[in-house]
Amino acid sequence: MLAFSPAWDMARTLKAAFAIVLGFACLVLISQPARALIELDITQGNIEPLPIALPDFAAGGGDPKLASDMTSVIADNLRRSGLFRPLDPAAFIQKNMGVDTTPRFGDWRTIGAQALVSGTVSRQPDGRLRAEFRLWDVFAAEQMLGQQFYTTPENWRRLAHIISDAIYERLTGEKGYFDTRIVFVDETGPKDARVKRLAIMDQDGANVRYLTRGDELVLTPRFSPTSQEITYMSYAGTDPSVYLLNIETGQREIVGNFPGMTFAPRFSPDGQSVIMSLQQGGNANIFKMDLRSRRTTRLSNSAAIDTSPSYSPDGQRIVFESDRGGSQQLYVMSANGQNPQRISFGPGRYSTPVWSPRGDLIAFTKMHQGRFMIGVMKPDGSGERILTEGYHNEGPAWSPNGRVLVFFRDTPGANGGPQVWTVDLTGYNEQRLGTPAFASDPSWSPLLD
Amino acid sequence: MLVVNKIAQGARFAGVVAVMMFLAACAQTKPDLASGTAAPGTGQDFVVNVGDRVFFLEDQSTLTAQARATLDKQAQWLNRYSSYTVTVEGHADERGTRQYNLALGARRANAARDYLVANGVPAARIKTISYGKERPVAVCNNDSCWSQNRRAVTVLNNATN
Repeated sequence: MLAFSPAWDMARTLKAAFAIVLGFACLVLISQPARALIELDITQGNIEPLPIALPDFAAGGGDPKLASDMTSVIADNLRRSGLFRPLDPAAFIQKNMGVDTTPRFGDWRTIGAQALVSGTVSRQPDGRLRAEFRLWDVFAAEQMLGQQFYTTPENWRRLAHIISDAIYERLTGEKGYFDTRIVFVDETGPKDARVKRLAIMDQDGANVRYLTRGDELVLTPRFSPTSQEITYMSYAGTDPSVYLLNIETGQREIVGNFPGMTFAPRFSPDGQSVIMSLQQGGNANIFKMDLRSRRTTRLSNSAAIDTSPSYSPDGQRIVFESDRGGSQQLYVMSANGQNPQRISFGPGRYSTPVWSPRGDLIAFTKMHQGRFMIGVMKPDGSGERILTEGYHNEGPAWSPNGRVLVFFRDTPGANGGPQVWTVDLTGYNEQRLGTPAFASDPSWSPLLD
Repeated sequence: MLVVNKIAQGARFAGVVAVMMFLAACAQTKPDLASGTAAPGTGQDFVVNVGDRVFFLEDQSTLTAQARATLDKQAQWLNRYSSYTVTVEGHADERGTRQYNLALGARRANAARDYLVANGVPAARIKTISYGKERPVAVCNNDSCWSQNRRAVTVLNNATN
């Protein structure tokens, strides 16, 4: 449901959450009889994006710029997904659409719109924003969805993302991923003296905030699936180690008390433990630490580099990379470390596996003949597909709905540096995500709630 | 805080070493000048006359004959000047993935450490750290640079120069 957690600064009061739920219920009742004539089949390889009209929301309280900006954020989200084609507003015949305007469906059919979103943003007497929207099926001439939200004005972008998710979910049948954030490593300075800082931004690149100051090297931040925490690797202490950072309080702590370098951390799906590598002499092995009991468990014991562990979403299995067979390859083992099986057999080296939140695929970095690729395969190793390929693509991370991968792409030479890109599972929709400077090691948050 | 400062100093010293290496390379035709400026037993002596780093083949941590020769000299020097403790820093080139390269750098540092220990340097005097691909010294886009980055550097912790 669309109730905001009080932990988030967007809507701190239960009252606000209640208002949102209430508004949702009212408008959904109105929209009940809609037959889904629009069908967006997102299982196909290269789909035709759905033409959607998003006229600027009406400004019910005299802030047309805000209403227009919100509409733009929604249109940009939908466009970047590759599943929608927002139509050029210059072509719109019916003008001045608000949430209570009855669409002249013929006018929208004429310009080729299959879906239409109308909305109104207004300022309440108590200062809060009220945003309402309706999603229309143009050909059926019916409302598919109607919702109403209240929030504080500074959270307008987040509201736009929530509305984007609602539209996406209604039209695709899958959860959206717009009301999310991405944690990454901001990189500044020359290549041989890089300063790296943890940073966080909205999934569309807005609201960048820095979480560390750059005093020490930081790498591979990963979101907790259940809390406002990230786990990452830092060179702050005697040995480079895995840390936890609460992104709301700024509190940080080292994970465990290991004799040597720990790295490549990732949370378990229940958020209760962290798996990571511990360097032991020339070998790296995989360990798990329970965050409550502080108990550590060894999960691998080989004369090799075992690293980049990632749980399956049911927590029953772990995929990791190991060079135990002579070169970097992917292996799947039980969550207790038993029965490791190699799953990658194609030419080249495989690295940084990460299990899809849907459970159906494992994404990876593949290196072959000097090329670095991002690909996916099924957990049994079959069905390998390369989604993007080039000089250097590395470190995929999944959107929470398992439709999109975010990764970094490095460019060669003294002036080269990494930038964050996304690619969807079709491999056809590849986009750069703007960041203030070079950026690497992106990791997606779960859907905020 | 103490720990952080120590690492910062280590990084700065590594920068100095890199500059000195460059100067040493320039001065290769005048070996007398290079050795003449380094007083025996100093950090500069270690870098210029012994060689503070060894290099590795791609995705390898096996010591080459040349690496073993350098480490032999390092061990002799460290056995002579026994007040020094060292940190062996392992590095990888940029043509690998981040996590694996951290482990690969550690493996290289470990290989150099083991060799020094086998040649008489007490293990208690040697610490290792891996920087993976995070601290390149050469930034061009071919193996002439990448081969310089695949290295284990023996850094004197308490050198006075």
